[in-house]
Amino acid sequence: MKAVYFAWVRERIGKNEEVIEPPPEVATVADLIAWLSGRGEGYANAFAKPNGIRAAIDRAHAGPNVGIAGAREIAFFPPMTGG
Amino acid sequence: MRVIRVQKEDFDAAAEAGALAEGRRDVGALISFVGLCRDEGGRLAALEIEHYPGMAEAEIARVVASAEARWPLLGVVVIHRYGAIAPGERIVLVATAAAHRAEAFDAAQMLMDYLKTQAPFWKRARGTDGSTGDWIDAKPSDEDRAARWREPPRA
Repeated sequence: MKAVYFAWVRERIGKNEEVIEPPPEVATVADLIAWLSGRGEGYANAFAKPNGIRAAIDRAHAGPNVGIAGAREIAFFPPMTGG
Repeated sequence: MRVIRVQKEDFDAAAEAGALAEGRRDVGALISFVGLCRDEGGRLAALEIEHYPGMAEAEIARVVASAEARWPLLGVVVIHRYGAIAPGERIVLVATAAAHRAEAFDAAQMLMDYLKTQAPFWKRARGTDGSTGDWIDAKPSDEDRAARWREPPRA
């Protein structure tokens, strides 16, 4: 699946997007955040406060307990500040 | 009539809102809200607005659909810009048309409150001192304002 990052999540990880292949036991958005956090300092920094991160699956908001099976694109970003 | 646009370019707020009532005889209320970039007492050189292409449009459409389901609206326009925006420039337009003012006012407020907390846009404040500036934090008060609309409508 494709992971995409925005705003300071993107800056801390140092990538706009990447293809990721989490193992099968990574079932939910929260699991994926924990798994990504282990991929390096930038990731750990970006996901240091999981409650402060928002996620979207295939361009719709997804809470921490939502399953990621079948997702094509998962996005991580800070709380929105538009308008 | 429903217009949703996410764009870098500026927009003509009066023309975009006016189009909702153009040639119609059933519109009794037309509300237009324009969000502008302010200079924060001279400290802000520009806002840099990042967005999630594709999701931004989709999320605005979901917010508009929930407003349309709640009030008898005759038209809605939402335009949100991204990129660099200088103080005094327009950022966002929400316009609503209805037969009566109450639903047009309420729908415009709900749309703005939801846009701020649901639409994937992020602002960074570039300083007049040349600094790149920090990402602006989401305000809990915006969440509170959006939450008001989640309460069940009064019977």
